[in-house]
Amino acid sequence: MSTTSTTATEPVVRMTGITIEFPGVKALDGVDLTLRPGEVHALMGENGAGKSTLIKALTGVYRIDAGEITVADVGRRFDGPADAQDAGVSTVYQEVNLAPNLSVAENIMLGHEVRLGPFVNWPATRRAARTHLARLGLDLDPMSMLGSHSIAIQQLCAIARAMVVDAKVLILDEPTSSLDKAEVAQLFDVMRQLRADGVAILFVSHFLDQIYEITDRLTVLRNGRLVGEYLTAELPRLELVSKMVGRASEDLADIEKAARRTTTHDLEGRQPVLQALGLGRDGTVEPFDLELYEGEIVGVAGLLGSGRTEVARLLYGADRADHGTLTVRGAAVRSATPLGSLQRGVALASEDRKKEGIIGDLTVRENIALAMQAERGAWRKVPAKELDATVARYIEALSIHPANPDALIRNLSGGNQQKVLLARWLATAPKLLLLDEPTRGIDVGAKAEIQRLVAELASEGMSVVFISSELEEVLRLSHRVVVMRDRQKVGELTNGPDVTATTVLETIAASGSAS
Amino acid sequence: MTGTVATETTTSPSARLRETFTRLSRHGLFWPVVALVVLLLACGIVSPGFLDVTVRDGHLFGQVVDILRQSATPLLLAIGMCLVIATGGIDLSVGAVMAISLAVSLTYIAESGSGTTVATALTGLALGLVVALAIGLFNGFLVTVLGIQPFIATLILMIAGRGIAMLITKGQITTVTSPPFKAIGAGYLFGIPMPVIIAGGVFTLVALLVRGTALGMLLESIGINREASRLAGVKSRNITWFVYALCGLLAGLAGIVYGAPTMAADANNVGLMKELDAIMVVVLGGTKLEGGKFSLAGCVVGALILSTLERAVVIFHLPTQVTPLFKALILIVVCIAGSDRLRARAGLVRRARRTPAAPVEVAA
Repeated sequence: MSTTSTTATEPVVRMTGITIEFPGVKALDGVDLTLRPGEVHALMGENGAGKSTLIKALTGVYRIDAGEITVADVGRRFDGPADAQDAGVSTVYQEVNLAPNLSVAENIMLGHEVRLGPFVNWPATRRAARTHLARLGLDLDPMSMLGSHSIAIQQLCAIARAMVVDAKVLILDEPTSSLDKAEVAQLFDVMRQLRADGVAILFVSHFLDQIYEITDRLTVLRNGRLVGEYLTAELPRLELVSKMVGRASEDLADIEKAARRTTTHDLEGRQPVLQALGLGRDGTVEPFDLELYEGEIVGVAGLLGSGRTEVARLLYGADRADHGTLTVRGAAVRSATPLGSLQRGVALASEDRKKEGIIGDLTVRENIALAMQAERGAWRKVPAKELDATVARYIEALSIHPANPDALIRNLSGGNQQKVLLARWLATAPKLLLLDEPTRGIDVGAKAEIQRLVAELASEGMSVVFISSELEEVLRLSHRVVVMRDRQKVGELTNGPDVTATTVLETIAASGSAS
Repeated sequence: MTGTVATETTTSPSARLRETFTRLSRHGLFWPVVALVVLLLACGIVSPGFLDVTVRDGHLFGQVVDILRQSATPLLLAIGMCLVIATGGIDLSVGAVMAISLAVSLTYIAESGSGTTVATALTGLALGLVVALAIGLFNGFLVTVLGIQPFIATLILMIAGRGIAMLITKGQITTVTSPPFKAIGAGYLFGIPMPVIIAGGVFTLVALLVRGTALGMLLESIGINREASRLAGVKSRNITWFVYALCGLLAGLAGIVYGAPTMAADANNVGLMKELDAIMVVVLGGTKLEGGKFSLAGCVVGALILSTLERAVVIFHLPTQVTPLFKALILIVVCIAGSDRLRARAGLVRRARRTPAAPVEVAA
């Protein structure tokens, strides 16, 4: 990487002492961020570190409680996203929010059409769109429907749209999470082009490789506080990770070693809990084979949209399979349904806690009782005594806070909601627990507790499928790792000392034919 | 009901009273009950003797007893409606179902030629209920199996239902003479009007059904988050279907209770706009239209408010045409008083006012 020496240039954005409080939580506590023109700046931190809150402060979505924001040496007070845009700050979000049924030109120029009196001068508008596309090195037909292009191209169109207003600052919030390698390369080309034009780019990504490939400088946040600002080239990876997780790098290595020790395990003499043969669903997952054994943690790794969630949903019966056979504990399952799966001892904790997990207006007790009760049917109520005992046991075992079974679950923090949901599934005494992103968006402490719990459950003989976008987490816990890419299972690795995040990423990146 | 009273020993009596009041006023039924009591008292002031209950010919007698009797029909409708609303649905057909079940019962009795026997009256009742149950099952089929929006699915029978009732009565107002049938709506048992017994019995049975089993919790979980409930193994289709069927059955019963005293099946007018009354009763009782948490006890209070209001219009010598206006007023008052947002704002104001005084309280 030719890191252009930009240290001398005046910063375009200066955020100092930014503090944002939500009821009961300090989401950001005196954080600084400086963006310089012609620089790609990474914002790093684990989930819950405050990255998205800081971005929302810069884009005017959240109002700051303390601190200062200056853009191009002018102090700003953003009262909404429009203020930030006027100041020259543009954002492209992870999900493309454009209109797929309008043309590329219309999407790029929406709100900035070339006028001819009260009318839109369409030929001129189209020409303008073409110019903006060309600036990014994109050769697209401006007349084509946006929806007819891949997500990657749509994202580039979103960037083109952001640049129509001559943005000085471009924020890219996890733009690469659903792109494949070639598409990422194309995006990076566009980013380099913009960097050369003097745009300051704030880049958020979970992929360390990408950070080291494209960024010049990075700011690390942890638990809502600033850890520091560093030149990317001068900060070794392990150092970066340890700054993000808040542990010395030696500690980290220790954890790695400890985890490795537990992963030596053999399947000799164990019973398969579940066997999937050619299981698949049109349009979501290509047919795959999978065997899960007692006491085994199988990690599923892959990028967002790689089909990892869909695999879990098929195994549980949340979606109907179009192909293949499923055998659970020796018995063939003709068509899996959530209720049937629960009765067979299979439970799925969905990744979307809010939409597919919690019943917001019900209490912690009722939320824990739900699956257990559904298994018995509406008419056979779980006796109050039995339920209270179960609830009390899990509140204690998982240290759910507040330890009040009558609290409404929607008033709990994300981590505690997740624990209540885990309690819901554990209360059904599953033989196989499918966990889809169980640690997403929860604080570091709760995360560690959940990881420990998973390891414990497996040692007691439960079979666990562990899906996470954090490779380190998958590798730390799993005995085997199933690798997904483009809705296909592309590989299966037996975890060991030689398996690292890089190995997994290489498997993801390798072409499908290699498997 | 909240039976707990603040027992802080350090607070002054007035503070304790205030705390008790705050806690009570948070209860979902607090404002509806206040509205009901105010209405009753107002009637009592305007018309002395309004609240008196006497025994005449061995029957309870008085305005209040009348109000109870009048409340039976809206309560029966509201109980079914409440459960349907809890699942996030609505049943607009209940008024039409009232007309159909009454038409079926009376037509059977009229054509049997032996209207005076108890057996005929009971068979007529049973037939009316079976048809109402079938309609409820049909509504449930449309909503759960075909996935039609509840509003649209039940609108079908709301509109077509009266036509069906007309077909049954051949376009005429079927009248019969059947004392046993009439007793369903006009009789007494142990001195208590029959409709009150029926509505009370149904309320008790349904309350036991939903709260004694896990049905109530599962209904709420479906109404709050259907997808999460499905993934937790809740048979949301069967449960939803069940409540539509129950709602139909109760609407049929309401139609018979409502029409029995006159023994006339007027397909055009029986149960007219009653679906809206039922929805109002449910809302008055503190159940939110978006589904989820529901209160059957609230339906009782709501039904009592509704019929007290209808009576109050008469007591106050107002033209009965303005009754809907008063219904709307009460609805607005109760909804505003129970509004969380308003309460949050009022709470802020009160806290701001009380903050400087706080040290004094601590000292005491």
